[in-house]
Amino acid sequence: MALPETLRTEFDELCKKYPQGRAGLIPALHRCQEELGGWLSPEILTDCAEYFALEPVEVYAVASFYPMFFLRPVGKHVVSVCRNISCDLRGAQEITQAAEQCTGASCGSSSEDGQFYLEEVECQGACTNAPMMVVDGKYHEDLDAEAVTRILGGLK
Amino acid sequence: MSSFETYLLVRAQLENSHTLEIARGDGAYKAFSKVLETSMEPEAVTEEVKKSGLRGRGGAGFPTGLKWSFMPNHETDTRSRYMAVNADESEPGTCKDRVLMREDPHCLIEGCLIAAYAMRLEAVYVYVRGEYRLPYDRMQAALDEARAAGLVGQNILGSGFSCEIHMHKGAGAYICGEETGLMESLEGKRGHPRPKPPFPAGFGLWGQPTTVNNVESIFNVPFILERGADWFRTLGTESSPGNFLCGISGHVEKPGVYEVPLGIPARTIVEDLAGGIWKGRALKAWFPGGSSTGVLPADTLDTPMDHDSVKGAGSMFGTGAMIILDETACVVRSALVLARFYEHESCGQCSQCREGTEWLEQIIARLLDGRGQSGDIDLLTDLCNGMTPGKTICALSDAAALPVLAALRHFRSEFEALIPAPAEVST
Repeated sequence: MALPETLRTEFDELCKKYPQGRAGLIPALHRCQEELGGWLSPEILTDCAEYFALEPVEVYAVASFYPMFFLRPVGKHVVSVCRNISCDLRGAQEITQAAEQCTGASCGSSSEDGQFYLEEVECQGACTNAPMMVVDGKYHEDLDAEAVTRILGGLK
Repeated sequence: MSSFETYLLVRAQLENSHTLEIARGDGAYKAFSKVLETSMEPEAVTEEVKKSGLRGRGGAGFPTGLKWSFMPNHETDTRSRYMAVNADESEPGTCKDRVLMREDPHCLIEGCLIAAYAMRLEAVYVYVRGEYRLPYDRMQAALDEARAAGLVGQNILGSGFSCEIHMHKGAGAYICGEETGLMESLEGKRGHPRPKPPFPAGFGLWGQPTTVNNVESIFNVPFILERGADWFRTLGTESSPGNFLCGISGHVEKPGVYEVPLGIPARTIVEDLAGGIWKGRALKAWFPGGSSTGVLPADTLDTPMDHDSVKGAGSMFGTGAMIILDETACVVRSALVLARFYEHESCGQCSQCREGTEWLEQIIARLLDGRGQSGDIDLLTDLCNGMTPGKTICALSDAAALPVLAALRHFRSEFEALIPAPAEVST
């Protein structure tokens, strides 16, 4: 069993918010990814399917639709650089380059030492503070290359 | 500098404005208490919102009160009814709702309670995009405080009125900002928009009557109930009353989220509030309300920022999120960045959108790579005309195609300049 009892208990509470328990699936997948190694393994998806009384393929169909879910292992720190228009106009490419240099990862992959996963993402809704990136869920805004090096360097 | 009355971001100036203590000290929940204490008829609440002329702030500008009135009659239709608050703020350029949820969550909760009272809702779900961790946590904390104070849940303030409000986290898909995609996602499925009809008011969440409203729309409601529809109409224009939050981004000195009355000239926002075009440069182009609204040339900057005026200028008001391009910006590159975005976000149900967004990206990319072909501009135009208007289940296809058509209309020469001249044939 990949799904621990603690999460099952949490999901029992979560599903009470909705007239149909399935509505808890996406928040539940978030919790699995947070607690169980940073990605959703086939075992976790199968266990979630069993919990929500769905076919595994239905859970896979949902998990694979949403960009925030990882279906393969990723580096310890997830670095997401926004590439959309407001960030692009204010130097997003420079941010991506600095992040690549600092992490040793290229976009869409993890660094060899497993410390970082780097990705370019679409608009994160921080356009008035562009360019920006998200590191392990935390927003870093009004960036320049120097700030990127400082922030990511601090995680090494 | 022009001066005008503000209300949306006034409380947000206070320290710890997100806490119940500070918010209540500043008058939060007064409008809702007034509704309860005077035992207003729910229909009268809807009527007041209708009278205010409030238009949805999520992009379409549909009158909020009118939307509420589409909910079926509670005597003849006794099904449970719901509201989903659309906090899946993902339209490029738009970042106003995160400010409201982060700085003044209690005002949004109060708006939800009033809406729940007016439409006799069983529960409200606030669907927040998954990346918005801080706004989500602030909302959840505020909700916990409000529940502990007897403002949310069963028998609120001893009135007999009950309403549950729940937070719900999305997982990063633009299409879930489309109201039926949002409902599918909230039900725990892929965010595939539903064909309409049936409309959400008749068949929404779990097949029950549902209204979907944007955060900023609901945020306006307590002010309308407390100060009256007539007061609301003193702000903004006849057809677009009230203030709105303008997020201005891109090439300006002071990007930011500014509260302004609808109808304010775009130039006032750029020059007086945002400090003008950055680095002393000139304006080349601007998007009035997010990436899905057609780009406009510099000579339209005196356009008043309201739904009718921006439409008159050949674009759309959208979310009121202005994106500014200075004279050095490449319009074709911006078109590529957006084409790539729509290609990434197409849910794939409709072929016009699934294939069209990919082709748009490929053609614009090859123009920028110097591999453009002589027929490419006509090809882009034909392709866009095949994607819009109204040819697909939802408006994402239109949102992808219309900005390209607008860019071709106003900046055709920039596209043409990228097509290599045919090699001379030597004889």
